[in-house]
Amino acid sequence: MPVFRFILNGEPRQVDTFDARPLLEVLREDLQLTGAKYGCGEGQCRACTVLIDGAPVLSCITPVRAAAGRRITTIEGLAKDGRLHPVQQAFAQEGAMQCGYCTPGMILQTVALLEKTPAPTRAQILQALNGSLCRCNGYPRIVAAVEFAARIQRSMTAQQEVVHAAE
Amino acid sequence: MPRNDAFEPDRFELFEPPCYRFEFTRRQLFETLGAGWLVTVWVADAQAQERGESVEARIHLGDDGIFTVFSGKVEEGQGPRTELAMAAAEELGVPLERVRVVLGDTARTPDDWITAGSRTTPQIVPAVRRAAAAARGWLSGGKRLIENPRLREPSEWTILGKGHWRTEARGIVTGAHRYPSDIALDGMLYGAVLRPPAYGAKLEAVDLEAAKKAGAAAAIRDGDFAACAARTSFEARRALEAMAATARWSGGQKHNHTELFDHLRSTAKEKIPPLANRTHHAEFRTAYIQHAPMEPRAAVAEWKDGRLTVWTGTSNPFGVRTDLARAFGLRETDVRVIVPDFGGGFGGKHTGEAALEAARLAREAGRPVKVRWTREEEFRWAYYRPAALIDAEAVLEGGRIRAWQFTNYNSGAAGLQTPYAIPDRREKYVPADSPLRPGSYRTLAATANNFAREAFMEELAAAANADPLDFRLAHLENARIRAVLEAACQRFGWRQRRAVRRAPNRGIGLACGTEKNSVVAACVEVEVDPKARTVRLVEIVEAFECGALLNPWNTRSQVEGCILMGLGAVLREEILFENGRVTNARFSQYRVPRFRDLPDKLEVVLLDRKDLPSAGAGETPIIALAPAMAAAVFDAIGVRPRTLPLRW
Repeated sequence: MPVFRFILNGEPRQVDTFDARPLLEVLREDLQLTGAKYGCGEGQCRACTVLIDGAPVLSCITPVRAAAGRRITTIEGLAKDGRLHPVQQAFAQEGAMQCGYCTPGMILQTVALLEKTPAPTRAQILQALNGSLCRCNGYPRIVAAVEFAARIQRSMTAQQEVVHAAE
Repeated sequence: MPRNDAFEPDRFELFEPPCYRFEFTRRQLFETLGAGWLVTVWVADAQAQERGESVEARIHLGDDGIFTVFSGKVEEGQGPRTELAMAAAEELGVPLERVRVVLGDTARTPDDWITAGSRTTPQIVPAVRRAAAAARGWLSGGKRLIENPRLREPSEWTILGKGHWRTEARGIVTGAHRYPSDIALDGMLYGAVLRPPAYGAKLEAVDLEAAKKAGAAAAIRDGDFAACAARTSFEARRALEAMAATARWSGGQKHNHTELFDHLRSTAKEKIPPLANRTHHAEFRTAYIQHAPMEPRAAVAEWKDGRLTVWTGTSNPFGVRTDLARAFGLRETDVRVIVPDFGGGFGGKHTGEAALEAARLAREAGRPVKVRWTREEEFRWAYYRPAALIDAEAVLEGGRIRAWQFTNYNSGAAGLQTPYAIPDRREKYVPADSPLRPGSYRTLAATANNFAREAFMEELAAAANADPLDFRLAHLENARIRAVLEAACQRFGWRQRRAVRRAPNRGIGLACGTEKNSVVAACVEVEVDPKARTVRLVEIVEAFECGALLNPWNTRSQVEGCILMGLGAVLREEILFENGRVTNARFSQYRVPRFRDLPDKLEVVLLDRKDLPSAGAGETPIIALAPAMAAAVFDAIGVRPRTLPLRW
C-alpha cells in the first residue's frame, strides 16, 4: 500500500493505506481525530469539513491521496495552547449548538469564510454556509455566532494594529 | 425498597459494599465515584403514580466538592445535561460549575424510561430538585434527613429561570466530545450490514466466503441478517459489495408512494360513517418524512467474559438493554448500554438497530465492532413519521361549529382532541396498513392533526365570514392558548396587517395549538410563486408558553429549531418509494431546511408562567407553523393547500 505524508495540525504525519480511502476515514480510523464527522457521504452536509492549505475541503469525498504533501487542519488543531480560536469562542458564547454534531464543520467553514470576508453581511453568511446542514435547525444561533466571531476577529486585528503602531 | 417520596442516603466509601441494584457494575461505580455520599430519592409524580412507579433521583456528593447527578435520560441536543445541572445547583445552593451530570448508562443511572414525550422537564427536574434539596438539608443539618425538603420558589431562583448555554460547549467546539460514532476500542473492527432490495424481502442465499476473500475479518449470516466486519470501514464496504453480489432475495413489498393514500383508505381498520348533516368536509394528507439526524445510527459493541457492553445513540438505553438481553439470551444485568451525548434524534432513535447489529458481529468476530449506518441506510431502514390521511367534518351554523368529526388514518392519536369548545365532537385514530416503518417524531401525530384541524378551522372561519383570529377566540375557552394567540398577534400586528392590502403574492396566516401541557401560536407572512407553485416563509412570530421557564435560552433555541424543522415538512420533505424501496435516500434528493430557507424575520415570544409547573419545550413549538403557512398561502393566492408538504 502507498504511503502518504502530510502536515496534520502542524505535525508531520504519514499513513500507509489504500489511496482511494476517503480522507475522513483515514483521519477518524487511523489517526484518531474524530472531530470531522460523517453526515452524508456525498458532500451535501459539510459535517466532514477540514481545511487543506487553509481552504475548506469535504473530507468524505476527498481521497487521502489528494491530501498528500499538504497542510491539513482539523477542528482539533484550531485551538492554540488551550486557547480557543475566536470562531470556537463565538460558537460557545452564542450557544450555537444543540446536538453539536455539525458544529466542527460549521466552525471550520466559518473560519474559511472570515478569512476571505472579514465583515460578511447576513446574506453573505447564508450564502456561504448554505451547504452546511444542521438538523437541529439551530441556524439562527449559528448566524449570530458567525457575526460575533467576525466582530471578535476584527477587534483583535484592530488591537494588533494598535500594538504594532505603538512599537 | 423505599418508594414514594422516601429518601435513602447511603454512605459510600471506597471498597465498602454499596446498596446498589446493578450488581455487576459495583466496582466500576466505585472507581468512577470515588469517596463521598450518595443520596437516593424516590419521587412520585402524577404520571408515575398512575403507573405505580416512582422516579429515583441520585446525587453523589464527592469529597472533592463535586456533585454528580445521575439520570437515565439522554442528551441528544435538547438540553437536559445543562437543565439537570441547573436544577441541582439551584437547590444545592452551589455554582453550576460544581455539578456534573451522568446520563444514559444502564450501569450507573436509574431507569428513567425513554427520553421522549417532553418528559424530562416535568418528570426528572422535580425529582432532581427534591434530591438536591434533601442533600442540602442533610449536609447542613448534621446528616439528618428532612422528609419533605422545601424547594426554592421561582421568585428565589438564582440559577433556574436564567439563561445558560451548554455546560458541554467546550468539548463540542474543540471536537473533543466523543459521539457514539466516535467511540473506538483496541482491536475494533468496522462492520457493514447487507440490506435487502425492498422492505420485507427474504434472504435466500449469500456467499460469506466472497466477503472474506475481499478482505473481511469476519462475515456472518443469521437468518435474514448478513454482515461483515473488517479493519477499516473502507475494507468492510468492499467486502460487503462482494458479498452483496452473491446474495439472492425473494419476496418483498411492492408499494408505491403514488398509491399511498388509496392504500391507507382501503386498509383502514374501521370505516367511519360521515358526520350527520355535515356542512363542511375536507380531506388532508401528510407525507412520510424522516428525522434525518446529523449523526446516523451508530454503535460499538464489546463482549467480555460473556457480558456485553454497547455504546450507542438511542433515546431508550434501558429498552435497548432489554432488546439486547433477549436477542442474545442474557440476563439484563449482563448487558450494559452506554449512551454518549449523540447527534440528534427528534423521536427517530427510540430503537437499537445498530446496537444489535454491532453486538451480533462482535460476537462472531471475537473482537469489538463498530456499526455506523450510512446516510442511505438511515433514510431507508430507520423509521418514519407516518403518513396521515385525515377526514375533517363539521356542522357550521350561525357562525358557530355545532358538531365536529375528525378521523386520523394511520398516523396516530397525539393531538387528536380539538382544544375548541364544540358541543358535539367525535375524534378517532384509525390504524391502517403502513407501507413504510412507522415510528415516533417530534409530537408524533400532533404535527398532522394540528395541521388538519387548524387548516380546517380556516375554512370554517372563511365560510362564517369571520376573521381567523376572531373565529378561533369565539370557540376557545383555554386561557393559555388564548394568551399565546393574543401575544403572537399583538407582536405581529395581526389586526393592522389584516386591514391593509398585502403585496402581490404575499399573504399572512395564523395558527395555534396545545400539546404536552404547553401552548403555541404563530403568525406568518409568506410569498408564493404561483407559477412554480412554491412558497417562501418571509416572517414568523411564534409565541410559546410551557409554564415556568427553567432555561429561557435553551427554550428559545428549541422553539427556533422546531419552527425550522417544521419548515422542511411544509416546503419539501417527503419520502418517496417505488416497489417497496425508498427512492430519495440522500440529502441531495430529500431536501431538508438550509440557511437560505431562513425567513427574513424570526421572532420568538416566550411567556413565562412562574405560577405553573414547567413543561418540556422540545416538541410542541413544531405544530403551529404548517397550518399558519397553509392559511397564508390562501391569503396570498386564494387556494387552499390540504397536504404536507404544501401542494395545490
